[in-house]
Amino acid sequence: MKKLIFLILFLVFFAPAFNCYAQPIPSVELINNAKLYDGKVISYEGEVIGDIMKRGDYAWINLNDGKNAIGIWASLALVRDIGYTGSYKSVGDGVEVTGVFRRACPEHGGDLDIHAQAIRKTGAGRRLQERLNLDKRNQVFIFLGIIGLIWISKLLIAK
Amino acid sequence: MILKPRLEDIKIIGFYLGKIILGLALTMVVPIIMGLALKEINPALDFLIGIEIAFIFGLLLTTLCHTEKDLSWMQGMIVVSLSWLAGMLLGAIPLYLSGHWKSYLDACFDAMSGFATTGLALVQDLDHLSFAHNLWRHLIMFIGGQGIVIVALSFFVKGFSGAFKMYVGEARDEKILPNVIDTARFIWLVSFTYLVLGTLALGITGILNGMKAFNAFFHGACVFMAAYDTGGFAPQSQSILYYHSLPYEVITIIIMILGAINFKLHYHVWMGNRKEIFKNIETVTLFITLMATFSIVAVNLRQLGIYPNAIMLFRKGFYQLVSGHTGTGFQTIYPSQFINDWGNLALVGVICAMALGGAVCSTTGAIKMLRVGIIFKALLEDIKRIILPERAIVVQKFHHIKEVFLEDKLARSALMITLAYLVLYGLGAMVGMFYGYPFLESLFESTSAAANVGLSCGITDANMPALLKITYIFQMWAGRLEFMSVFTLMGFFVAILRGKR
Repeated sequence: MKKLIFLILFLVFFAPAFNCYAQPIPSVELINNAKLYDGKVISYEGEVIGDIMKRGDYAWINLNDGKNAIGIWASLALVRDIGYTGSYKSVGDGVEVTGVFRRACPEHGGDLDIHAQAIRKTGAGRRLQERLNLDKRNQVFIFLGIIGLIWISKLLIAK
Repeated sequence: MILKPRLEDIKIIGFYLGKIILGLALTMVVPIIMGLALKEINPALDFLIGIEIAFIFGLLLTTLCHTEKDLSWMQGMIVVSLSWLAGMLLGAIPLYLSGHWKSYLDACFDAMSGFATTGLALVQDLDHLSFAHNLWRHLIMFIGGQGIVIVALSFFVKGFSGAFKMYVGEARDEKILPNVIDTARFIWLVSFTYLVLGTLALGITGILNGMKAFNAFFHGACVFMAAYDTGGFAPQSQSILYYHSLPYEVITIIIMILGAINFKLHYHVWMGNRKEIFKNIETVTLFITLMATFSIVAVNLRQLGIYPNAIMLFRKGFYQLVSGHTGTGFQTIYPSQFINDWGNLALVGVICAMALGGAVCSTTGAIKMLRVGIIFKALLEDIKRIILPERAIVVQKFHHIKEVFLEDKLARSALMITLAYLVLYGLGAMVGMFYGYPFLESLFESTSAAANVGLSCGITDANMPALLKITYIFQMWAGRLEFMSVFTLMGFFVAILRGKR
């Protein structure tokens, strides 16, 4: 009986290790070698960008690791802690996703995606404060002056 | 004997080029308003600088080259080809100033890609680009799709006879209405009507997909402009894959096909002549070539077993194919998946679809359906001549708005342009191979650039050689203008250098 319990515990806790990758895998590696990772449990890390698109009890988030963004299909409970998503005005939360990678997901019309089993926040996002670029402001005035000069010259030529 | 152009020729060209630059400058007001409304101050400054530089050039040209004379055919063609280059150089300024392009050449690449409705992109970190810049990327597709000159013509209150020459120079050899200004305005009417409907459809779908309302409608407008003008830029780096949505893909397929249809056909359908859709040589040819190329793609993808069910085959195989055939360039797969996951046969199917393109007088590039239909009909005529008795009189007709007799000069013209496109596809492929890219990948990317498609198998990248970027820019420019005005410009430069007084 003890042997059986040991075997079950071993299968439950250690067997998935043979089919999963503990270190986050870059998007380029995942996309270029999609066949190798297809159906396996992998880790992927990146910044949440764009919208969190809720679909029933699940949501789509897109994670960009600096090279590509990959779609993550996750339960609402897993994405609850995401506060910021990347855009012009904000840096999105950094997260590490562990889940099943699909080269052509049959559930989602053949999308290359990851079905999240766990999401861990690795970095906090923030709103970006835009500072006025003084060089650009000065250039605007310089070019405005040039336009004014041309306009005056045009009027003088016309006279 | 080649005659050296006179100073008067250069003045006329400069004056009308200046007018078009001023018209183009005004379009930058749209992203400025967007930037100010959303408090994107630095992006708004980028466009202020852009509009000012454009005004400086426009004012200088119209002042120094002031003339009351109208354009000749040669001058009209040159104005058009130079306008597109000026559009690229000026449209790239705000893009480059944003800091999202590694070099000014890269910004020029994306500006030409936008104006020529191609969709190949070198932008960096697109997911953090401002709304103003993103709007500009899509707006230049909308402008380029209708035609830069069409946009500028719309600003003229009264038409002038030279307008038609520029209209033709922009690869629009069919007038919908007797007056070219009315034609330009009708094209705008059609485009704006669809813009409102398309944005609503995509915006509502976006909200149902879980997007925030503002984002949904902004993306809706951008994606509509890129789809209807068969451009292919998208607001996010994943293209249409970002939305993970079948309804979104279906709507974009419908918009892409609408964009690939002749404006003249739109006019007749709007006027109630719906039967024209089923009779027109272009729509019939488009249906046949779409089915033929999809069969090639589907057979290969089924062989490989990557998309085992019909929905997957539709969302991946059919979507990329329609996107390629209509010259759009939206993707629901990553560029390298074409190479890693698709077979060579499927790639050949997509390359053929890209090379063929949509209808003439539409926003698509490439050889185009009318020419493909005419060549096929001419081939049929020749086969009939061989089979039938020598005394038999063989007459071939085709239906394009009205019944048209197939004359030799029509067939010759169609074959000439087809040949020019094939040479252009080959030229880019050779440059790609020169830099060590495999044949099929080089041909794929080259066809995509020259046919103004925008699908990429991964070659287009900010790190690709500068000469390859310039080659693709040339292909996009020549492909969009259908050669004639580009050849005229080349001839003009030859005349300046070697012509006699």
